[in-house]
Amino acid sequence: MAVRLVPSRSTVLMAPALAWLTALMVVPCVLVLALAFFRRGIYGGVDYTFTLENFAAVVDPLYAGIFLNSARIAGLATLIAVVVGYAAAYAIAAAPRHRQPLYLFLAVLPFWSNYLIRTYAWIVLLNREGLLTQLLRWVGYTGELPSLLYTEGAVIAGLVYNYLPFVVLACYAPLARLNPELREASRDLGGSAFTTFRRITLPLTLPGVAAGAVFVFVLSIGNFVTPALLGGGRFQMIGNLVYDQFLAANDWPFGAALAMALIAIMMLLLMLQAFAATRAEGRQSPDRGEAAHG
Amino acid sequence: MTEFTFSRRALAAAALGTAMLAVAGTASAANLVVSNWEGYMAPDIVDTFKAATGVQAEVVVHATNEEIMGKLIASGGKGYDIVFVSSPFAEVLHNLGLAETIDHAKVPNLANLYPEAAALPHDPGNTFSVPYTWGTTGLCYRSDLVKEAPTSWKALLEPADAVKGKTTMLATDRWLLAAGQLALGYSVNETDATKMGQVKDLLISAKRTLLAYDDTTFYSKLVSGEAVLVQAWDGWCNYGIAENPDIKYIIPSEGSDLWLDTMVVMKASENKDAAFQFINFMLDAKNHAWAAENILYKVPNKPAMESLPAEMMQQYPNMAMPVADLVKYEQLRDVGEAQRDYSRIVSEIKAAQ
Repeated sequence: MAVRLVPSRSTVLMAPALAWLTALMVVPCVLVLALAFFRRGIYGGVDYTFTLENFAAVVDPLYAGIFLNSARIAGLATLIAVVVGYAAAYAIAAAPRHRQPLYLFLAVLPFWSNYLIRTYAWIVLLNREGLLTQLLRWVGYTGELPSLLYTEGAVIAGLVYNYLPFVVLACYAPLARLNPELREASRDLGGSAFTTFRRITLPLTLPGVAAGAVFVFVLSIGNFVTPALLGGGRFQMIGNLVYDQFLAANDWPFGAALAMALIAIMMLLLMLQAFAATRAEGRQSPDRGEAAHG
Repeated sequence: MTEFTFSRRALAAAALGTAMLAVAGTASAANLVVSNWEGYMAPDIVDTFKAATGVQAEVVVHATNEEIMGKLIASGGKGYDIVFVSSPFAEVLHNLGLAETIDHAKVPNLANLYPEAAALPHDPGNTFSVPYTWGTTGLCYRSDLVKEAPTSWKALLEPADAVKGKTTMLATDRWLLAAGQLALGYSVNETDATKMGQVKDLLISAKRTLLAYDDTTFYSKLVSGEAVLVQAWDGWCNYGIAENPDIKYIIPSEGSDLWLDTMVVMKASENKDAAFQFINFMLDAKNHAWAAENILYKVPNKPAMESLPAEMMQQYPNMAMPVADLVKYEQLRDVGEAQRDYSRIVSEIKAAQ
């Protein structure tokens, strides 16, 4: 009896999550995938004749260009988020141990408020008559100011701001786990602070950096709210294109094909990251030995 | 083995869950279900309609034409009795066979409509759609912040240096394109590839001078001074005028589109008599005047318009536009297959650097 209880309990515990994932994730994804193989009806809706033209359109230079541009914007956001986030995680890991939970708490505090509201806060901050401008006026500046809002910089700033906590958390874990003796050994053997960071700290925390980076990139490349609100619709990212196909052009099949291409890119990146993480995990112990010997 | 049974059961549960979601998604059949934009009719409409007719109505909202069209096409029109959509979408519902023929005998208040509103090209004789509001799309600007009043679409599309970076355009495909089509002297339903290529080039060069594309907050950008000249629907410009009398509205010399929002009864409705009663109720001069007074849109209802206070016409001059002038403009029509070309052109414009 007791023996049989164990597996059934685990399946019972799994069932709600499994049902949830199946109903709200697997089934819709399969439906969207199926949709991509049909044609748009003349008046919108779906004409159920099989076609591959939607996938052909995805690689059309226009739409492929939008993919590339989204990747560029997401890449820039990722780069900035990783540099800033890693530095913050490093500082938190170096802080007195009893203060670290507080700093981590502060890093994730923005998640307690709604994403849209936080994005609107940037509009209030950056617009031509916004807080920044008023501050400049208050200190005596009277000239004409360019709009900081509705620029590519504003889009990137919004993405970095929203996803930075992921990088901080992902980088903090390996940094906090890092055995301080390794660094001490490097310094004892004459390694400069920079060499120690480059040869010891960074390689051992790279899996965290990779995890954080993939997170920011994947979330950024599919984002459509930030480019719509902070880019003023002037910067078309792939998420906006998908949104437009479903909610403006009523071309669901093409929107589905675009969404599938985006999901494929995301899954590929996540798999590469998981693969790299596994390999790094496997190499961890011999690496430590080598590093310690310098 | 246990694992297998359980995962099969889990799948069954998941399928059941999906089915329940699908059921919850369709509105209950007992009521008259009306889908409209948020705030587009009196908030107490359900109560006043029930008091007048004894029929219980339920109001659901859609954010855009495309949203409700997606639902209607997916469900074959089931789940809704009356929908409020813009005229090109009413045409689509008619072409798809989803729109019920309007029984004029059951809607006596149709007599309140201006004769012009019963003879519009998309549906002469109001056979499948009943006009609710109408107006123009033009330029809304801060008369105190621009050197000279704009008179042409070129003022927006090829702006003077002083207003560069302080203009916005509508993001919705058809109106974005209409600005370019009108500026070049083409029909707002033009589909010729060469002409649309010119429209695209003009709109791409205009994009480089824009502050943003904006469908919803352009008038508040005028109020704050972030923008000084924007493409606007007349009624939305009125929201700016209400906050700052220096804001003005003009129809450029090249013209405007005539936009029209309509009420359509669904063929799949099981409460058609009640649906006609509802439309009749909306066309009552007093009820229809509510829309003009509160949404600041013109309504195609003669006694309703005549009942509006004179101050209102003074404050919002576009409300006083003669119907004969309004109907000179061309309606946006459904363009069928060409819609895909329109979408592509809009994507090209929005993706252009």
